[in-house]
Amino acid sequence: MGSATRTLPPLSRASLILRLMAIGAVIIGVAGLFAYAAGWLTPHALTPARIADTFELVGGLHHGVRRNHAKGVCVSGRFDSNGQGVALSKASIFQPGRTPVIGRFSLSGGQPYAADAPDTVRGMAILFKLQDGEEWRTAMINLPVFPVRTPQAFNEQLLATRPDRTTGKPDPAKITALVARYPESAPAMQLIRSRPISSDFANSTFNSLNAFRFINAVGARLWVRWSMVPAQPFAPTSTSDSGPTAKNYLFDALIASIHRRPLEWRLVVAIAQPHDPTDDATIPWPPDRQHVDVGTLTIDRVESDDTSPARDINFDPLILPNGIAASADPLLSGRSAIYSQSFTRREGEAKERSAVSPAETAR
Amino acid sequence: MNMGSNSTQFALASRILHWLMAALLLSMLFIGVTMVSSLGNYHRLVAIHRPLGITILILAVIRLVNRMFTTLPPFPPTLSRRERWVATASERMLYTLMLALPLVGWGMLSAGHYPIVMFGSWHLPAIVPANPALHAVLRKAHTIFAYLLFVTFLAHVGAVLFHTLIVRDRLLHRMALWSIRSDRATARTD
Repeated sequence: MGSATRTLPPLSRASLILRLMAIGAVIIGVAGLFAYAAGWLTPHALTPARIADTFELVGGLHHGVRRNHAKGVCVSGRFDSNGQGVALSKASIFQPGRTPVIGRFSLSGGQPYAADAPDTVRGMAILFKLQDGEEWRTAMINLPVFPVRTPQAFNEQLLATRPDRTTGKPDPAKITALVARYPESAPAMQLIRSRPISSDFANSTFNSLNAFRFINAVGARLWVRWSMVPAQPFAPTSTSDSGPTAKNYLFDALIASIHRRPLEWRLVVAIAQPHDPTDDATIPWPPDRQHVDVGTLTIDRVESDDTSPARDINFDPLILPNGIAASADPLLSGRSAIYSQSFTRREGEAKERSAVSPAETAR
Repeated sequence: MNMGSNSTQFALASRILHWLMAALLLSMLFIGVTMVSSLGNYHRLVAIHRPLGITILILAVIRLVNRMFTTLPPFPPTLSRRERWVATASERMLYTLMLALPLVGWGMLSAGHYPIVMFGSWHLPAIVPANPALHAVLRKAHTIFAYLLFVTFLAHVGAVLFHTLIVRDRLLHRMALWSIRSDRATARTD
């Protein structure tokens, strides 16, 4: 091995130190930027992981179960497009024809064994399996608006509505403080409190709440929200005054009605006018907006979380086909991030049994 | 089979691939760690992360093939035997990780039953069957491999800077994008 023939004058002590410091500065600088980007230097900043932690704090840690909408049953069926959506979006699902779906009905909250209650928020999540392998996933709830505008406010709401240890009820002072900090929540919560609550999952209307963009074949863009409007007639809930009900009474009723005959919802797309808010799910759009009925969702099979492949689906609302895109609503990106956290956590855990067993769904 | 104009530099294709991938990989590492801790920008960053990862996978395969069919410039004589061993091992580590990271990412989405969306309606097929436990393992591996890649990258940069600034053996010239005449370059092994 020939030694270097070049003879360089040795570095002066000062120059050596300076050069070593320059190297150190580069390495530490890049590593520091990385740590900052990863959020390690801002441990109190709100992250998807911290919101998932909040769910675990409020609902308890239940292995293998969704951190929110923990209690549910899985369903499947089809969507029959009537072709009315073609003018709105180029997504292939709106071409006239049939698309298979799987989905899940659920109750909000992180407690998989909580007793069904009429005013617990109901969820409907649907995965449309488009012909060419594309997917559209949407997770909707039966509220007219969302009570908070941002993931930050949502995290605080989760903590504020946590039942107090002594009273077993949420502390009203905390909710007052929350509304004071997020004034947009006051009218939203008022709308939510005054909503008519239906008797069942089957006659509930489920709303996307967040706005999305539809892009049609000629590139025209619309702001939309959508709803699943039940074909089953509305009947008000009657359980509040009629004594104790079975723990799974809402799910039992859903299972029984699906076994009786398929349930149907119309997918109705509301189209925004300019200036309708598209980044604020606390504000409803005026009811006179154009509504387009784009097809019918039919649910004809029900299965327990324990046996259905839908248990291992992340109903991320930003898994969208070409022709549907996200809006700037801060809840959407936040939901996508938090759902991903919840999904990764539960998929790595041994699964707790569902409160609604396979025997119950088979009935 | 030396494609370069002189033997002290890597072949031009190798140098272009090196710097292009350095930029992409570093961007990707930063996008990755930013994205998982972000609420507001999560969706936007994921939408970049996926197709950029597949781009890196394609480039990494091209780079591996290029690496197998080009002659390397000799190590400068200033590198001790142990340093050469470390340099070779870290090169293998970097190649392994830049191939493994996108594959693990692709596999993790496949195992998680996600559609692997690139652009518009264009998406990739699953490469492993949907499986919850596999998703969880691959998701963890994706993070660990990314941290390993970042640490190896830092060590690589530190070593090259040490040689360039302290030993002053013009090690960096071997990878310079422009051509450096061999009599001015290093590695006179005569």
